[in-house]
Amino acid sequence: MSEDLTRLTMTEAAALLRQKQVSSVELTEAAFRRIKAVEPQINAFITQTEEEALAQAVAADEGIAGGRGTPLTGIPAAIKDVIVTKGVRTTAGSKILEPFVPTYDAHVITLLREAGFVMVGKTNQDEFAMGSSGENSAYGVTHNPWDLERVPGGSSSGSAASVASGMAYWSLGSDTGGSVRQPAALTGVVGLKPTYGRISRYGLIAFGSSLDQIGPFARSVRDVATVFQSIAGHDQRDSTSAEVPVPDFTADLDRGVKGLRIGIPREYFVEGMDPDVREAVEIAVRELEAQGAEIDAEVSLPSTGHAVSVYYIIAPSEASANLARFDGVKYGYADHEGATMWEDMERTRQFGFGEEVKRRIMLGTYALSAGYYDAYYLKALKVRTLIRREFEAAFADHDVLVAPVAPTPAFRIGEKTDDPLEMYLNDVCTIPVSIAGLPAISVPCGFAETEGKRLPIGLQIIAKPFDEAALFRVGHAYEQATEWHTAVPPL
Amino acid sequence: MSLTPDEVRHIARLARLGVTDDDVDKFSHQLSDILDYFEELNRVDVSDVPPSAYALDLHNVMRGDDPGPSSDSEDVLANAPLRENGFFRVRAILEE
Repeated sequence: MSEDLTRLTMTEAAALLRQKQVSSVELTEAAFRRIKAVEPQINAFITQTEEEALAQAVAADEGIAGGRGTPLTGIPAAIKDVIVTKGVRTTAGSKILEPFVPTYDAHVITLLREAGFVMVGKTNQDEFAMGSSGENSAYGVTHNPWDLERVPGGSSSGSAASVASGMAYWSLGSDTGGSVRQPAALTGVVGLKPTYGRISRYGLIAFGSSLDQIGPFARSVRDVATVFQSIAGHDQRDSTSAEVPVPDFTADLDRGVKGLRIGIPREYFVEGMDPDVREAVEIAVRELEAQGAEIDAEVSLPSTGHAVSVYYIIAPSEASANLARFDGVKYGYADHEGATMWEDMERTRQFGFGEEVKRRIMLGTYALSAGYYDAYYLKALKVRTLIRREFEAAFADHDVLVAPVAPTPAFRIGEKTDDPLEMYLNDVCTIPVSIAGLPAISVPCGFAETEGKRLPIGLQIIAKPFDEAALFRVGHAYEQATEWHTAVPPL
Repeated sequence: MSLTPDEVRHIARLARLGVTDDDVDKFSHQLSDILDYFEELNRVDVSDVPPSAYALDLHNVMRGDDPGPSSDSEDVLANAPLRENGFFRVRAILEE
């Protein structure tokens, strides 16, 4: 038992644990051997927690020996650094939180500790989850395991790259406008953005509060469903947490797609889309059709083209309010070189925040400022209603919608950093779903061959609110017929 | 829609964000480009459309006012940049 352990799915590793063929300590040691071997090239972690992980592994082994355990017990996992962890530094990828050690656990972390998980570390990310490439971190760029000169996507860059490269079996990220789905697509793993309200945001450092959702990454649909099962459900500490029953998400996995009504929204096949992406998605749709799904290629969501504007007004507006709390008084980085209290605060934020975060704070402050509120923020909220209504209409006679996740495969590091608007436009396929609060999953569906490198492509499946089970059903059926999710990056 | 350097400085002040002259120059160009792009929303007729602040229709969620343990003040203050006698220390807010 050695490196091979790190390529197992979580479900396979859990089976070996239950059969006592391997211990959690062995899995954890193998994960750290892998981390030591590839992390210098990837930079997926901001903080590694080897000592705590081994202690959790010992406890997990004791539990398993005593006949106790959950599907997550003893399995090494990585957590995005925007989720607070008691006693473990949590930076959100920002210099302004560089010394911050939380005094409490996020709700999801409380649940995961009870489930006996093993945390190998906190993952790199775009600062405060603002970015689509992983390049906006104060702790360096994360590299795509499939081509080290390309981005892994973002903002959950390290959570995606760590799972893709075998440093963790699964991970948690957060998705505000595509920050789980897009990096999952660009690194060839499965990533879920749950329905807004499905997972408690308590302890998720806030970016856009009406959009933020925590979501899991893993190397199979079943693994993602299993992690999701253990963290979904109501929590009274998040007032937007939904009081909706949590079904058994793995129950429908093997039901297949026969008779399922699948819509293909034509607006998602945008101008400038990479031909390899278009082809891979079209072939995936034909596979689902061959399995008996009813395909409707005539679905139209006419307001899709307005989603980027709506999102880049709403999310920065909410961010400008949420990030007002970083003032150098209660925690984090502080500058005391100003002439007055106000100057200290302005300097703290000037030197503590990175460029993209400042740009969004400025944009949101402007959109909410006197004289512009109606023209920008209120207008965006009204168009948001139109986007929601169009999805509702589409789901009246379709069970799921299928579309690309991103218009192109992974782009080069530095390729889009000088043009923020171009970077924003790249989010066109994931943002509408976030605006409407819908659940969606990214599943590997092929590769683009570029300059001798294979770059993963993702298939996005979208369902109606709280119907994540449909995503798993379609994703799993597709996965059974294809082998994209088992491909291993050349590291 | 183009933002003047003075407008950029005004927004930065509202946001309590220190900016250099270079920042002002860069932000005025970049934010103007982004605001120009938002102009496309003018084509959408929303005259009879209500706003959606959230995707879910949730209003006035209440919970019981049940006392529970608080964070330990020493743990909380351990993160403070400046502290004094069990309090956060801040500079004078009211000037002479």
